[in-house]
Amino acid sequence: MSTQQTGSRATAPDIDEQIVTRRKGTTSHARDFGPGFFVKLVLVAVVNALGVYGILAAAAVGSWGIVGFLVIALVLVDWVYFSRRMLPVKYLLPGLLFLLVYQLFVMAYTGYVAFTNYGDGHNSTKADAISAIQIQTERRVEGSPSYPLAVLEKGGVLAVAIVENDKAMVGTADQALAAVGGATVEAGRVTAVPGYTTLAFAQIAQRQDEITNLRVPVAADGSKGSLRTQDASTGYIYTPSTVYDAATDTFTDVVAGTVYKASAEGTFTAADGTTLNPGWRAGVGLKNFTTMFTDSRISGPFFNILAWTFAFAILSVATTFALGLFLAVTFNDPRVRYRRLYRSLLILPYAFPGFLAALVWRGMLNPRFGFVNEVLLRGTHVPWLTDPWLAKVSVLLVNLWLGFPYMFLICTGALQAIPGDVIESARMDGAGALRILRSMTLPLLMISVAPLLIASFAFNFNNFTLIYMLTGGGPNFAGSPIVVGHTDILISMVYSVAFEGGNKQYGLASAVSILIFVIVGTISWIGFRRTKTLEEL
Amino acid sequence: MATTSLEQHAPVTGLRWWREVGWRHVIGIVMIAICVLPLLYVISASLNPNGTLTGSNKLFRTFSLTNYSELASTDFAKWGVNSLVICTVTALGTVFMGAAAAYAFSRFRFSGRRASLTALLLIQMFPQMLAFVAIFLLLLSVGTVFPALGLNSQLGLIAVYLGGALGVNTFLMYGFFNTVPRELDEAAKIDGASHAQIFFTIILRLVAPILAVVGLLSFVSAYGEFVVAKVVLQRVEHYTLAVGLYVWASDERNAPWGLFAAAAVLSAIPVVLLFQFLQRYIVGGLFAGSVKG
Repeated sequence: MSTQQTGSRATAPDIDEQIVTRRKGTTSHARDFGPGFFVKLVLVAVVNALGVYGILAAAAVGSWGIVGFLVIALVLVDWVYFSRRMLPVKYLLPGLLFLLVYQLFVMAYTGYVAFTNYGDGHNSTKADAISAIQIQTERRVEGSPSYPLAVLEKGGVLAVAIVENDKAMVGTADQALAAVGGATVEAGRVTAVPGYTTLAFAQIAQRQDEITNLRVPVAADGSKGSLRTQDASTGYIYTPSTVYDAATDTFTDVVAGTVYKASAEGTFTAADGTTLNPGWRAGVGLKNFTTMFTDSRISGPFFNILAWTFAFAILSVATTFALGLFLAVTFNDPRVRYRRLYRSLLILPYAFPGFLAALVWRGMLNPRFGFVNEVLLRGTHVPWLTDPWLAKVSVLLVNLWLGFPYMFLICTGALQAIPGDVIESARMDGAGALRILRSMTLPLLMISVAPLLIASFAFNFNNFTLIYMLTGGGPNFAGSPIVVGHTDILISMVYSVAFEGGNKQYGLASAVSILIFVIVGTISWIGFRRTKTLEEL
Repeated sequence: MATTSLEQHAPVTGLRWWREVGWRHVIGIVMIAICVLPLLYVISASLNPNGTLTGSNKLFRTFSLTNYSELASTDFAKWGVNSLVICTVTALGTVFMGAAAAYAFSRFRFSGRRASLTALLLIQMFPQMLAFVAIFLLLLSVGTVFPALGLNSQLGLIAVYLGGALGVNTFLMYGFFNTVPRELDEAAKIDGASHAQIFFTIILRLVAPILAVVGLLSFVSAYGEFVVAKVVLQRVEHYTLAVGLYVWASDERNAPWGLFAAAAVLSAIPVVLLFQFLQRYIVGGLFAGSVKG
């Protein structure tokens, strides 16, 4: 092997070099502009066109991170595919780019988010939070007049028209109110403006939300507040009741005089602890991790879930392996007829898609109407999925049903690979059947099966689909601010914290993900060392 | 082995047969009953026009294809098409990118080759779905610039799946590529073939079996993938089968159980068939650790 490699190392570049020089030296040669070259040219041109479009689109909305990535990626693509060197990279690049964005970046991003308070109430940047607070604290100006108003539309953009000092004024969300000529005014209300369509009642009803959210600045610099309407026929002037001061980085409530200071936690907080909503994304250091371990309302469920995750993964591997091995040994006897038939029927649960199996079992285990209680147990009401302990048992049993065929298959394969003469010589030495199984078969079997058991552990550790589809994590823990239950495992806890319940906490969810990374990484590393895959590269 | 074959020929009968062989059949029959019962239950429920959980409990009392014909008026066909499109594109992309990478690792000797292989092996330990929160947030912000690659887009979901292409399958292919003799491509090189010609016209044909296996494997795993699809696809008409059927079956109050059962039978058929083909590769230990989801 090694001689072969050194040999090719010496010759392969030479040949590459020859081809390359020929191609470079004689550009007029027909070969060099063969169909392959044009296919490449067209593909790279398409990638470039899409990339340039992407750069422009990202620059238009100010996503500089995306712009930067695209510029680097495009330069790299052109360089790699038109350079005569870097042959391997030509083949690796497409996969690497996807790997970089959708696997490496998201893993790194998980790490970053875990140290922030990203989530509901802290969804965006500080600048966004400031303008959102200004909008949310807007009040109608005391004693300000009401304006009969018309809602107009031009090219899909909403506008409002009012009459002030006998002049018709029109403005949109982006353009402050300004006088227009040629408008028709009837009884103090604008009815038509040239170039605009006046919205009829039906259209107003259709775009109700848009209209109630429309804020038309009275002056171009926004200093005089904005015109808003609730019913599309009367408008009022609104001004923010809080004022932001960039120099001190504070909000001041103009009525009560309370000062809200920007805090490191990503909120504007007053001296008495009240905060303005929303806050912004801010680094919070290890807070998510300390919450997980020390905040009693979260750490209680968390430690339960952590223990159950390990118990679930270990018991799943143990039970499926035990049953699979038992069946493999049972049907490894050549005297048993129809073994092939048994095997093909026994792997049916494995061939059936896992998510469907979990959903079918969920129906069958339904306490009131399910098949198991109604038919198999003659109408009892065993709370298979709603009692904390029984739900855990159900999850394990369903996973046993789903998982034993895989173990059966690999154990059968491993048993058949054990040389018969080894077993035979043990029998000659007087070992009984059990003794052979314990001292010969099992140790030999474990050599090939152990890495698969570790992989199976890692898989079950993150078996989100089964848990989520069978029990949804329930029955839920009482009194926890996050929606998690007795059968939740870490990965389904991440899902609950991030997407379910009233308060989405991406930061905390990512912190739990990081913990899973560490655990799975450690376990896989152990398996990895055992299989010595590294040495075979 | 002589004694074993001798035993095989000696007819074992009576009590001794029961003690040594017969009990194995008893276990086999019991296990088969356990394996098959839920599957029979779904098939029976799918043939029962009374589409409730309670109504489905009497196995094979009725035989009617009403549920199947009613599927036509639901979103099921749309979900099926979505799943097929997403999984096919994912499988093709995975095969192409994995094969290209395996070719590079198998045929070129470049600095950083060993390091990249090790890195891939390390990355492989962390399934992509562990980072679904970050995937959601990434697509959320990408979507503001390119809606086609953002949340609620099937293209966006495919791109996410392709991100896992290199990590999972390169090794499987790499091993197989190494079994194709290098002399073949060296001969072609001397005849003036470029590296691309060697890859597309020689190597890819010789490794066709592994391409088929990797393609089917990634198809099946994308077919059963749930959490990323659930997070990315938010509108009913964009769902894949996994997400759509979950929504049907998890509706506690008025689950359309008959419809669900019919849909489950139809969606299980392609995977069950594919598994007949993949089974021997699983026994051979080729898919170390690729436990089906």
